[in-house]
Amino acid sequence: MENLVYVALFAPFIGSLFAGLFFARSPKTHLVGVVNSTLIAIAFIASVTLALHVAEHGAVHVTMMTWIGIGDLNIPFGFLVDEVSVTMMLVVTLVSTIVHIYSTGYMDHDRAYNRFFAYLSAFVFSMMILVMSDNFAGLFIGWEGVGVCSWLLIGFWYHKEDRPFDENPSISPSWAANEAFIMNRVADLGMLVGIFLIYWNTGSLQYDEVFAQLPYLADGLLVSIAIALFIGAMGKSAQFPLHTWLTDAMEGPTPVSALIHAATMVTAGVFLVIRANPLYSLEAVHEVSMFIASLGAFVAFYAASMALSARDIKRIVALSTLSQLGYMFAAAGLGAYWIALFHLAAHAFFKALLFLGAGNVMHAMDDELDIFKMGGLKKVMFGSYVYMGIASVALAGLPFFAGFYSKDAIIETAFNDGSFIIWGILVITAGMTAFYSFRQVFFTFHGEERYKALGFHPHDMYKYVLVAMAPLAILAISFGWFMDNFHEFITKNLPDYEMSHHTHHLAPLLGTLVIVLAVTGIVIAYKKYAGTGANAWRRNEKFEQSFIYKLVANQYYVPHFYDQFIVQPYTEASKKFWELDKAVVDGFVDFIGKASYKIGDVSRRMQNGNLSSYLNWMGVGALILVLIATVSSVIG
Amino acid sequence: MLEIGVNHYLVLSGLLFSIGFMGVLRRKNLLMLFFATEVMLNAVNIAFAAIGSYYGDLSGQMFAFFVIAVAASEVAVGLGLLILLYKKYGSLDLDVISSMKG
Repeated sequence: MENLVYVALFAPFIGSLFAGLFFARSPKTHLVGVVNSTLIAIAFIASVTLALHVAEHGAVHVTMMTWIGIGDLNIPFGFLVDEVSVTMMLVVTLVSTIVHIYSTGYMDHDRAYNRFFAYLSAFVFSMMILVMSDNFAGLFIGWEGVGVCSWLLIGFWYHKEDRPFDENPSISPSWAANEAFIMNRVADLGMLVGIFLIYWNTGSLQYDEVFAQLPYLADGLLVSIAIALFIGAMGKSAQFPLHTWLTDAMEGPTPVSALIHAATMVTAGVFLVIRANPLYSLEAVHEVSMFIASLGAFVAFYAASMALSARDIKRIVALSTLSQLGYMFAAAGLGAYWIALFHLAAHAFFKALLFLGAGNVMHAMDDELDIFKMGGLKKVMFGSYVYMGIASVALAGLPFFAGFYSKDAIIETAFNDGSFIIWGILVITAGMTAFYSFRQVFFTFHGEERYKALGFHPHDMYKYVLVAMAPLAILAISFGWFMDNFHEFITKNLPDYEMSHHTHHLAPLLGTLVIVLAVTGIVIAYKKYAGTGANAWRRNEKFEQSFIYKLVANQYYVPHFYDQFIVQPYTEASKKFWELDKAVVDGFVDFIGKASYKIGDVSRRMQNGNLSSYLNWMGVGALILVLIATVSSVIG
Repeated sequence: MLEIGVNHYLVLSGLLFSIGFMGVLRRKNLLMLFFATEVMLNAVNIAFAAIGSYYGDLSGQMFAFFVIAVAASEVAVGLGLLILLYKKYGSLDLDVISSMKG
């Protein structure tokens, strides 16, 4: 089993090296796509085998070697494959495999095809380290690794110019990549502080040792650690107020958005909270957990409200990701860790499918993103239509699809916990989710064929790509059916969350309420948008002038706020410091240079070729030496 | 009656050295510079001899001999060069024969 752990971990790394070392500068090599996809698939198969092993025999814990051993500090390269990490491994490798295969089609015409696969596989490797590590240091390495890969991939088309954007002062892939990276650095500082606190107070970074010592730590300290770690999670999982990078990250290629910014990396924050569940379920940090749940509910609603009016197909999906991450945090904060993990997995499947479907649409529409300019695409892209339909149904949470089981469980948890405000927000958000996801589907695939007038000639994706997406579609439909099996499997490791009896009989009623809301959302979306006419892409001036629309379309002015109060003052201050730097530091260095030049220029006249004056100078020098000797002998 | 002691020799030596030093600094004629250096060398010889006899140590005087020998050979070479220089420039004035301009 130990070898399988290494296979699952290093197969993506080998793929990355293969593409990066041998093909980085060569033109598109189809071999790279095939080899890398195969290697990720191998990692997936290894993960499946490991999962079966874990289910039967329990966790596998391997220590590869000592990584850092200084004094009392001992951090091994250790990997822990237990119920939690193996679930993450399965999700990551499965979605990655499909995204890799998808990318061979999607990135077909890109000249940096090989580079793309080098980055994508490196990302999978980092993510595997993140989820498999048995200590916080390894987790942090993976955490930073996925951050770097995310940066590389968002900025993959770095040569694109900055362009003004409604919601942002300027946007381009490189701008968005920097935004994501810098915002994550801010959060990572919190995470680092948390890790330092853990090390100082427990003397270890191994999960099991740390968690064993938690009950003996002071309450205030536990709260600090919980907050610091959660700040890290907020950055990676794009929770308010560090959320703006996620929507801007859509500047990257769509497979990247599907893999990193929907299915896997952004769930790392949720994973961290789930992994650290012994910490977050302590009584002392109850307030922090409540805050996590409340923030999750707030973000769920907040993001959904922005998605209601968005016109950009990828942004809608990104905002729904944000919203679903909010659901996961709500569950994790309420102590239902296994439900959070279940929703994480279900979400990964249907969201990746949704994104890849959106990628198909973009690919067909020459990278056009405005859903108002599409319409009627179901005739030309039936395969993508079916996939996006399935994914949207799963996202909306209609019965028997994956999203229904997981989201319903979260909503029921909130009700059961007595957090009726969170429950209310989540229920309303569920209705909104159904509305905006079907708004997008109807705009894109139904109604008049508006794209014709605009001169697009859409065609569906390659057949093999559509076939490769099928596993995601199957899981988006059926993953929820395995909820009981998953529950049994995962609660060996995670604390169980029991619905109390006095609310359990209400559960069917609550479920029905959610379904009714979701169906209402879909029906409204159908009424409003399925029959949109040929001119729908023209803007409705009056509607766009309304306060609510402006507020929502400008992302509640949060990017503006950041720009006004952080970016611009920082730029100003940087300019000032630059001037100061020029005056003081540069000035000093320049002074040394200029002074030696001047001295040389003056003393050059000594070298006049006249022996007599040389002798005079020599005499002066000798006199000075005598003087110095005299003075020093007198003083000394 | 004033006893002639080592100090007198040393003062004489210092005076002679200063005269020679001033000569080196102020004279423009190369031949005169040579003379001035010879004066300085001999000033040092006086000091060597005086101190050698003061301590009853012969090595001071021996050293003076060495200096005289070296000075003689130096003069032999130096004068030869001076003759060549004179043939070339027609003068031994330092201001005239300087060719490098800083």
